[in-house]
Amino acid sequence: MQNRLSGRPKMPQRPPKERIKDFEEVPLGLPEWAAVEEAKRCLQCKKPQCVQGCPVEIDIPGFLKLVAEGRFEDAIAKIKEKNSLPAICGRVCPQETQCEEKCVLGKKGQPIAIGYLERFVADYEREKGIRPPSAPSWNGHRVAVIGSGPAGLTCAGDLAKMGYQVTIFEALHAPGGVLVYGIPEFRLPKSIVAQEVDYVRSLGVEIELSCVVGKTLTIDDLREEGYEAFFIGTGAGLPYFLNIPGENLNGIYSANEFLTRTNLMKAYLFPEFDTPVKIGRRVAVIGGGNVAMDAARCALRLGAEEVCLVYRRTKKEMPARVEEVERAEEEGVNCIILTNPVRFIGNDNGWVTGIECIQMELGEPDESGRRRPVPIPGSEFVIPIDTVVVAIGQGPNPLLLETIKGLALNKKGYIAADPQTGATSLPGVFAGGDIVTGAATVISAMGAGKRAARSIDLYLKDPNKFPQWR
Amino acid sequence: MFKILKKQVLTPEIKLMVIDAPRVARKAKAGQFVILRINDQGERIPLTIADFDPEKGTVTIIFQEVGKTTMMLGEMEAGDTILDFVGPLGKEMEEKNFGHVVCVGGGVGIAPTFPKARALKEAGNRVTSIIGARTASMLFWEDKMREVSDKLYVTTDDGSYGEKGFVTTVLERVLEQEKVDLVIAVGPVMMMKMTSLLTKKHGVPTLVSLNPIMVDGTGMCGCCRVSVNGQCKFTCVDGPIFDGHAVDFDELLSRQRIYLEEEKRALEKYLATRAKEEAHYAE
Ligand SMILES: Cc1cc2nc3c(=O)[nH]c(=O)nc-3n(C[C@H](O)[C@H](O)[C@H](O)COP(=O)(O)OP(=O)(O)OC[C@H]3O[C@@H](n4cnc5c(N)ncnc54)[C@H](O)[C@@H]3O)c2cc1C
Ligand SMILES: Cc1cc2nc3c(=O)[nH]c(=O)nc-3n(C[C@H](O)[C@H](O)[C@H](O)COP(=O)(O)OP(=O)(O)OC[C@H]3O[C@@H](n4cnc5c(N)ncnc54)[C@H](O)[C@@H]3O)c2cc1C
Ligand code: SF4
Ligand code: FES
Repeated sequence: MQNRLSGRPKMPQRPPKERIKDFEEVPLGLPEWAAVEEAKRCLQCKKPQCVQGCPVEIDIPGFLKLVAEGRFEDAIAKIKEKNSLPAICGRVCPQETQCEEKCVLGKKGQPIAIGYLERFVADYEREKGIRPPSAPSWNGHRVAVIGSGPAGLTCAGDLAKMGYQVTIFEALHAPGGVLVYGIPEFRLPKSIVAQEVDYVRSLGVEIELSCVVGKTLTIDDLREEGYEAFFIGTGAGLPYFLNIPGENLNGIYSANEFLTRTNLMKAYLFPEFDTPVKIGRRVAVIGGGNVAMDAARCALRLGAEEVCLVYRRTKKEMPARVEEVERAEEEGVNCIILTNPVRFIGNDNGWVTGIECIQMELGEPDESGRRRPVPIPGSEFVIPIDTVVVAIGQGPNPLLLETIKGLALNKKGYIAADPQTGATSLPGVFAGGDIVTGAATVISAMGAGKRAARSIDLYLKDPNKFPQWR
Repeated sequence: MFKILKKQVLTPEIKLMVIDAPRVARKAKAGQFVILRINDQGERIPLTIADFDPEKGTVTIIFQEVGKTTMMLGEMEAGDTILDFVGPLGKEMEEKNFGHVVCVGGGVGIAPTFPKARALKEAGNRVTSIIGARTASMLFWEDKMREVSDKLYVTTDDGSYGEKGFVTTVLERVLEQEKVDLVIAVGPVMMMKMTSLLTKKHGVPTLVSLNPIMVDGTGMCGCCRVSVNGQCKFTCVDGPIFDGHAVDFDELLSRQRIYLEEEKRALEKYLATRAKEEAHYAE
């Protein structure tokens, strides 16, 4: 028998030199034999710690056992009891800080590669053709979900499984939220998002695209149309800028614009697709999160000769997944750490030509627990550059929030919602995902969507369960 | 899918379309815009709502063919459908009685001036309108503008119709002769800039409707940012109407040119394909 403590497989991936020439997926997925071997390592713990690390409570040992037995279709069915978007989660969830971090095998050796296996069975099913589940009969209630990101899709899918008639209203022309406009093709192929969205549709969920709630329709209009409960999952779609001189120069993008042009509008296929994106020889991405990594790797693939990442702390503090930082570096992205931009320099035609930066050192820990970066006086220097992507975070998009009277927000401008139920200050209105927590993860948004679905069910069966609204 | 109910050729380059879009029509207000996408490969382009009918559920757009997308749109006919048509976006204009308002529309900007002039007229204002185009054949909606204005002036750059000169030529005269409480200018950025410089000199408050490049139109991407009073604003959600005296027009002019090369490439490729197709059908 193999040693249970080691043996975790490496994910096969395309070599860096080849993969930076296109937008095809980078990791290739485990072969069947490796998946089965890996699943066999699971101890089938009586009190599985891994499940506690999973925000949507997948029966992890349950599905692993089925994989070990080669019963892949049953394994995916087991996952789908809890998670409607496994091919997505298997690709983008930070398992290393969730289920895998809790796995007991990780204490002395290597944790089970739960994420790889989730991806494996989801891909197995997709290749075989996804079986649409039998939709339950309508229970007479209608629910409106605003936003089709992971939070909205999960909430809608779960409610549909309970017999609710659900419509998702989405501002953009494609469903998926950040999954389609933010995360690039080479990390999450859009055909996979489309198929998982279709799965949610097959549960009976309707998706109305190109409908901006707050503009095209209001929540009051939806009430009049017969919707009895609402879930707001509109994400954190407001790009932050540095607010330093020269930031509106040509060639400076927010990560949202850069990624939306590239991924949603397929600028990498310009002029087959009509939307262009401008990429210079030397590109700087400001930030150190997943968004920054994605932008930097897109820039390389769009033909930049040099791409650097300007980050004000050290690599240890970077919020991006380790795996993604490694991949970015393998591909040639150069990390300039302990450095902060102070102004952008432009030429007479209004194009950016450089970033004046200042060097930083780490001081005392701040409220985030990370050591605070402090500028070193007199250490200014200029990085010559022709394209900049600002990826320093997102805030709550006020568009919808401004049009809902009486919706309580928290100090940072996000919706104030009960973390357990998702209930907001308005009767029948629930919220979850990035619009409540601030920019977080796909799986935490899904977890919030799931909890909200449960509370919406509770509310519509017995509104008295929510005394705060009486 | 949104059906084109009616198409009207206003000038060789400027076309009007009435689109079946009940939800947009029901909420539309003067000053707002839509974003449309013709097909799956298409770009999302913003166009002002030139008119709307909540009862019939229709929205009128007027556009000038300047590049690939507007040209493709111009070739579509009544009965054809547009893939996406989102709106109404942006903030509406404040509709109140200011007193004497001068509405200035340049080129295709006459179209978005119309619902504003009409709304201001209905709000009890005295409305003077000045519309202008490069040449007579590029002028449209003189009759509609006349209906909603107490007084209407028409200019052409080459003097082929109306008064020879720019809209600002007439505006300067009006400002010198009459008390004006508000000026609203819609048209090419250079025209809005010149108008704002002029009214600033006369101390008359001025609103302009900005047209930067946009992508989503919902405040998500930050592409449409403009400097207003030195502050960064997103045109699609904070605007498109801003105080003309506070806008950094030079920055806007520069930002509009970001994609000139790419736009040219796209257009050339499109025209070449079209020529090939036409040759094929001619055979
Ligand atoms: C580039 C990038 C990379 C990331 N990488 C990872 C990763 O690897 N792993 C991970 O776990 N997380 C990652 N994240 C974070 C993750 O994507 C988000 O936390 C998650 O998508 C949030 O889900 P959501 O459903 O709350 O919102 P979103 O995904 O933001 O979806 C919100 C949706 O609501 C729509 N909407 C907004 N306003 C309205 C309105 N008024 N009317 C109608 N519709 C509206 C939006 O158009 C959007 O489609 C990444 C984020 C970005 C930007
Ligand atoms: C809020 C708003 C409302 C608008 N309303 C109208 C309208 O009612 N009627 C109308 O004809 N146009 C309007 N525009 C401009 C219109 O969106 C552009 O003309 C269109 O996007 C051009 O697309 P294209 O692919 O045909 O040309 P492109 O290939 O994108 O561009 C061709 C040429 O047009 C210029 N251009 C591109 N975008 C703009 C822009 N946003 N403003 C000015 N010039 C531009 C380019 O610099 C280039 O020279 C509006 C723009 C905004 C932001
Ligand atoms: S904690 Fe690890 S070993 Fe235990 S059940 Fe979960 S995956 Fe298997
Ligand atoms: S167009 Fe994206 S923020 Fe205005």
